[in-house]
Amino acid sequence: MKADWIPVALVPLVALAALPLVGSTPSWVTLTVAGLAMGMMIFIMASGLTLVFGLMDVMNFAHGVFITIGAYAAATVLRAMAPAMQAPSLAANLSAILPAILAAMALAGALGWFFERVLIRPVYGDHLRQILVTMGGLIVFEQLIHVVWGPEIIPLERPATLSGSVLLGDAALERYRLLAVLVGLAVFAAMWLLLNRTRLGLLIRAGVENAEMVESLGYRIRRLFVGVFVAGSALAGLGGVMWGTYQGSVNAQMGMQVLVVLFIVLIIGGLGSVVGCFVGALLVGLTTNYTGFLAPKLALGSNILLMVLVLLWRPRGLYPVGKA
Amino acid sequence: MLMRLLSGDAPRSRVLALVLVAILVGLALAPWLFPGTRSLNVAAKVAVFVLLVASYDLLLGYTGIVSFAHTMFFGIGGYGVGIAMAKLGAGWGALGLGVALALALSALLALGIGLLSLRVKAIFFAMITLAVASFAQILASQLSAFTGGEDGLTFRLPEALQSRLAVYYLVLSVALVLFLVLLRVVNSPFGRVLLSIRENEFRSEAIGYRTVHYRTAANCIAALFATAAGALYALWLRYIGPDTTLSFTIMIDILLMVVIGGMGTMYGAVLGATLFVVAQNYLQDAMKLASDGLAGVPLLANLLHPDRWLLWLGVLFILCVYYFPAGIVGRLRK
Repeated sequence: MKADWIPVALVPLVALAALPLVGSTPSWVTLTVAGLAMGMMIFIMASGLTLVFGLMDVMNFAHGVFITIGAYAAATVLRAMAPAMQAPSLAANLSAILPAILAAMALAGALGWFFERVLIRPVYGDHLRQILVTMGGLIVFEQLIHVVWGPEIIPLERPATLSGSVLLGDAALERYRLLAVLVGLAVFAAMWLLLNRTRLGLLIRAGVENAEMVESLGYRIRRLFVGVFVAGSALAGLGGVMWGTYQGSVNAQMGMQVLVVLFIVLIIGGLGSVVGCFVGALLVGLTTNYTGFLAPKLALGSNILLMVLVLLWRPRGLYPVGKA
Repeated sequence: MLMRLLSGDAPRSRVLALVLVAILVGLALAPWLFPGTRSLNVAAKVAVFVLLVASYDLLLGYTGIVSFAHTMFFGIGGYGVGIAMAKLGAGWGALGLGVALALALSALLALGIGLLSLRVKAIFFAMITLAVASFAQILASQLSAFTGGEDGLTFRLPEALQSRLAVYYLVLSVALVLFLVLLRVVNSPFGRVLLSIRENEFRSEAIGYRTVHYRTAANCIAALFATAAGALYALWLRYIGPDTTLSFTIMIDILLMVVIGGMGTMYGAVLGATLFVVAQNYLQDAMKLASDGLAGVPLLANLLHPDRWLLWLGVLFILCVYYFPAGIVGRLRK
């Protein structure tokens, strides 16, 4: 299959098109880095959702809960390790952040396992009930978060060495955003390598194309399902930590608020496509930040406009996948 | 006569019939049976939500479409009345104009969304409507010169509607008539086609029905009734704002009501809305008692905290989806 580079080229094109509109180069650099950082975080949160849809034909409306619970888990761990967070040394900061991220991914992954096992398994192949059941899961777990962590907003502070900015020429780049870009790239690269260069990835891609065929060749597609679901949930937990830290606080509705953006990204990218999800997330991140600077009133609606434009051009998203 | 009013769709269960009659009598005599501002508020909200949930049932229960944009149409109705009355003054003309414009806008939007996205999978439609609904919420809060932003708009009603009782009976009678019209719609040949689409879309297409047209029509009809419900709600509250009509919380409430009451039954909307609104207002009092009784037990007391009532309805919701697809009404009819 010939690689389709046009959608990928859209990302730099959008960035370049914004340069004359923004006017000053330093603010453009700042905005572009902010947009890329936001896009990367959105990608990390959305990647599990798109993989699960591609492989299992399940759209999990409770995906936001994994994001929220990851952020809460991290907030709990970080609160216990507050001194290490405020220390000015990177090693001390990391000794607090890494356990927090691990806790977030483990909790979100475990919750994902529970969801797949208990809630979604009985309704495979039935979209209507899938949507309803996952909505029900969303309601129940959002309330359970209130039960465990209370209704207050919990602050989630950035570690000492990652707050503040570095200067590049005249442009101020927040350290945290640079880190987000790096982590996002790493996750995307790892996922791409896993999907395209390993046997496991081959099976997953084959499952996306035709699950029954993979099964008839003797592979246990069910185990693959569970594995992908848990991994996707864990990634949502990681994304939740990053998003919560980015916003500076955690509340029970944060996952649901972000979910709308994730859906827009998935629709833009083509349901089920990982590359499409990546490109879509970057496009959404960039346009949000540019319009936020150029026309603040439009910023919140710019995602929808972007989605409409993409769908007018490619009605099934940038990279349509067989099933969608 | 009675069967004609119900479009031949009898409750088919003695208990259900009794409950429905009790709810109707309760609503009709609410100002005398349950005196007080709070209970009249509850009664009016029940009437409005019965209509709103019934219109959603037309989509979810009868056609098998999941839409998250229903609150948007509810909001359009509310804002239609609110903006017209606040800007043009408290006259019947302004009220009529507001309702008419709101209905037209809703029909147009529902048609557009339907034609764009009802061809594809149910999931895609659900995702698109969620995005559109959140866009509507943004619009309502951003266009503050027009909609009053986050604060919303308060307005005065025409002279004839100065008494709360008059407004209450206007709301109740319009809601009742529109509910009967919806019952007529789902029991018409058109409604049968919707049912056949829900059961097997491919087959209804093969028989010769243009399923996209039927689904789009169902989407528009449901949107129009939701708009009417929104207009009634704004009339009752004499206020319109994002939190009373547009918020995602209300969308979740509607889902809970329709599924717990019973999808694809219409009467489920009556039971679901009544149960939910009453629970929303009175269950919390009961839970407070239980929670205070368990004050010493750490997690259990939190589980029964009055603010956690949605948790239990959520559990009930999931159980309904798995085990009682026709909800309470389905149980009563067994």
